[in-house]
Amino acid sequence: MSTGGVRHLYVHLPFCSSRCGYCDFVTLVGRREDHGRYVDALLAELELEGPRLTSEVETVFVGGGTPTFTEPGELRRLLAALPAAEEVSVEANPETVTPELAALLRAGGVTRVSLGAQSFDERLLGVLDRRAGPDGVRRAFYHLRDAGFDNISLDLIYGIPGQEPSGLRRDLDEALALGPEHLSCYELEAKPGTRFTHAHGEELARQAESMEGYFELVVATLIDAGYRWYETANFCRDGRRARHNLAYWLGRDYLGVGIGAVSTVGGLRWRNLPALPRYLSALARGEAPPRELEPLPALTRIQERLMLGLRLDDPLPFAEVEEAVDPAALGRLEGLGLVERRAGGLLLTRRGRFLGGGVTAELLAEIPANNYN
Amino acid sequence: MKLDRIRNFSIVAHIDHGKSTLADRILEVTETLSEREMREQVLDSMELERERGITIKAQAVRVAWKGHQLNLIDTPGHVDFTYEVSRALQACEGALLLVDAAQGIQAQTLANAYLALENNLEIVPVVNKIDLPQANPGAVAAEVAELVGEDPERVLRISAKTGESVAEVLDAVVERIAPPEGDPEAPPRALVFDSSYDQYRGVVAFVRVVDGRFGTRDDLRAMAAGTRFEAEELGFFSPVRTPTDTLEAGEVGYVVTGLKDVSRLRVGDTLTSARQGASQPLPGYKDVKPTVFAGLYPTDSDDYPELRDALEKLKLNDASLFYEPETSQALGFGFRCGFLGLLHMEIVRERLEREFDLDLLVTAPNVAYRVYTQGGEKVEVHSPADMPREFERVEEPYIRATTIVPKEYVGSVMELNNERRGRFDHMEYLSEERVMLSYDLPLAEIVYDYYDQLKSRTKGYASFDYDVVGFEEGSLVRVDILLAGDPVDALSLIVHRDGAYARGRALVERLREEIPRQMFDVPVQAAIGSRVIARETIKARRKDVLAKCYGGDVTRKRKLLERQKKGKKRMKQVGSVEVPQEAFLAVLNLDGDKR
Repeated sequence: MSTGGVRHLYVHLPFCSSRCGYCDFVTLVGRREDHGRYVDALLAELELEGPRLTSEVETVFVGGGTPTFTEPGELRRLLAALPAAEEVSVEANPETVTPELAALLRAGGVTRVSLGAQSFDERLLGVLDRRAGPDGVRRAFYHLRDAGFDNISLDLIYGIPGQEPSGLRRDLDEALALGPEHLSCYELEAKPGTRFTHAHGEELARQAESMEGYFELVVATLIDAGYRWYETANFCRDGRRARHNLAYWLGRDYLGVGIGAVSTVGGLRWRNLPALPRYLSALARGEAPPRELEPLPALTRIQERLMLGLRLDDPLPFAEVEEAVDPAALGRLEGLGLVERRAGGLLLTRRGRFLGGGVTAELLAEIPANNYN
Repeated sequence: MKLDRIRNFSIVAHIDHGKSTLADRILEVTETLSEREMREQVLDSMELERERGITIKAQAVRVAWKGHQLNLIDTPGHVDFTYEVSRALQACEGALLLVDAAQGIQAQTLANAYLALENNLEIVPVVNKIDLPQANPGAVAAEVAELVGEDPERVLRISAKTGESVAEVLDAVVERIAPPEGDPEAPPRALVFDSSYDQYRGVVAFVRVVDGRFGTRDDLRAMAAGTRFEAEELGFFSPVRTPTDTLEAGEVGYVVTGLKDVSRLRVGDTLTSARQGASQPLPGYKDVKPTVFAGLYPTDSDDYPELRDALEKLKLNDASLFYEPETSQALGFGFRCGFLGLLHMEIVRERLEREFDLDLLVTAPNVAYRVYTQGGEKVEVHSPADMPREFERVEEPYIRATTIVPKEYVGSVMELNNERRGRFDHMEYLSEERVMLSYDLPLAEIVYDYYDQLKSRTKGYASFDYDVVGFEEGSLVRVDILLAGDPVDALSLIVHRDGAYARGRALVERLREEIPRQMFDVPVQAAIGSRVIARETIKARRKDVLAKCYGGDVTRKRKLLERQKKGKKRMKQVGSVEVPQEAFLAVLNLDGDKR
């Protein structure tokens, strides 16, 4: 079934036991009765789109929702049907991780688990509506280690309403004490329209300024602890970068299946619509699910390459993005010590990385009008 | 029409005292216009005029009353248009001085009354709005009678709104105002007291014929400008344009000139026959000079050609508008414009924005300075950016300011005028309650936030008027604002040495608040020459990056970035600093008048 050139596959499992207030992903709470039908549909979509994949898929990423909340039997069935890959990542929430689940993942060929720890502070976990407490996070981590996982990532969120710098330091220390191979650290984004923003928006606006210091603290602490700051929000040791995500940042093509999943192949990007019933019924009929299509002109892909590539600590080959770069801005930014050119590559300096958004916006050449959509 | 059957008159009044309403009622009472045709405030034709309740362009309407031809010459009601008012008054033999029965005499009542007296007009005092519950016709009539030296019994008491006693006003015009004098047999002479521009027919001059007779197709000459043209059409307003074959001594009407440029026929000029013309022009012509200047810039620099075209068109209608191209590092391409005063500036700005749909940035207004360089040369400076940093001395324009306030606010006005470098001239009780204060003030002090201050310190009870009286030496300095070491030309000021620190400090603080943090520290400084008098720092941003970005949201993140990019494009680049339009607006507003 695999004749195409796409080497990266994303699989979306939307189910969660409850919805966290800050979350704006495509998620569905409960609905255990749907898990089986959903996995059927996923497999059908995979069957349909499979020809786009190469025979040697490099990475598979199972994200959610809470993939590990999926009925174990269905999860097992799905994992068994996924193409083998060098890296198979699964997102997990601490409260779902039992020794049995860890063993199931292991047996299903999963090589890497990304554990949504978020914080080790009981009160802040409460603010985030997280179900697991700090001990639950630690327990889940050890279950995974015990099952033999040697590539575990922890997700941390900072800037939680009420979080003091000392609290952030404690969280980082707790996380480091577990010795994860990889850490993703995100500033809490209060997305408009979420319940969370409604409840905490004012507090977040108040602490916006101190958030600058939080980001610096995260980066400094993790680098001190021997981690590589290889992407704006991601840190690893022993070369354990998240290979699937790296594919996004390097502008590679990827296929995504499941509701809300996005694929980018050649000059086209499409996104499955998030409604579950229509997804299920279309695939039950053997048809592609309803989608939004977005053509990607060559220049747009180059701009994305620039936007994503500058998030990494590896130089971005200048020749690949030159067309999208405003040379005058480049000169200015070099002068300000925010951008560096090294061996034919473009690289943000340490300070430049903290300002990556503004730097990239300035670096981008004027976007031709016909390129807006 | 025989001279003794003609009466030419104006209505002069303070703003909102009911001049336009009375004009409307006169058209109605004389059946010049049926009620059906009656629009409210017919004479104020421009939308803006109606909305602001002021008349900008004078017009003349001919009405018939009991066998007489009455010409009502409408005048602008504001100080900025004093010259136009005085030309309009020169075309009349009398004026109705209209005063609100509730408010009494106000500053412009005085200014206009004096103007009318200077022009030797017969003044017919009229107290209007006697129907208002708070009207006090008796007291106000006494005030007005005192002002013009008339018997209080002879002060008419009317309501233009209800029409009460409006007919008596017309009778008084016939009885009290003298018929025009002039020689119907002499070579023709007519005073141009206003003009307008018709896009099809060119300049239309409003004239008062003094001597002789003008006929359609006559070749005419404007004596001051030397311009020659053919009278394509003669006529009068009734109130619509009504062509006629001749305009004779004493009559008021219009001349269609076909000229394509208002500056070739200025208000105050004298028209005569091109062939057997008069040898002496009518007295009183002068070239009006702008007193207030400001830079006008399009908010979107792409709109520069539109702004240029719009100014050209406005200029066709408004000979007193002055403009020349100006380039600002900070604001790009724009124009330095000269105005007769602050109201004139506001009107031009509003017309540009409203009639031409332009988004404008207007720099802080300043006055014209006379700078004497060390070489002894005299330069007139219209923009702070053109002010030499070294000079021998500077002169600035002074005004004679008249303020009328209830007596309890006299102290507040004096205090304000003292803060603004005012010199007390004299003070007069108009009545037991109301006082007139006369001060000499630098015009520059009025241009900056004066009206707001006056209004708030007198709870809105003050009325104010001024006249430019001359130039005087002042202890003035140029203050520059620097962003990251680069001067922002649009924000330079010329201020009195004593006020330099406070103004510089206020600007610098405001800029620190308004300019978003950049990717580097930005010092904001105010300096006189190389001496920094105030400094603030906009601290560099330490973080500007999207927290996360994965395969599912590349499009959204790209669009965020595009938006950020577009936001940058809207900013003005000053040296290395990006300054949003809003920051300039905020700062210029702080500096400008906020009426």
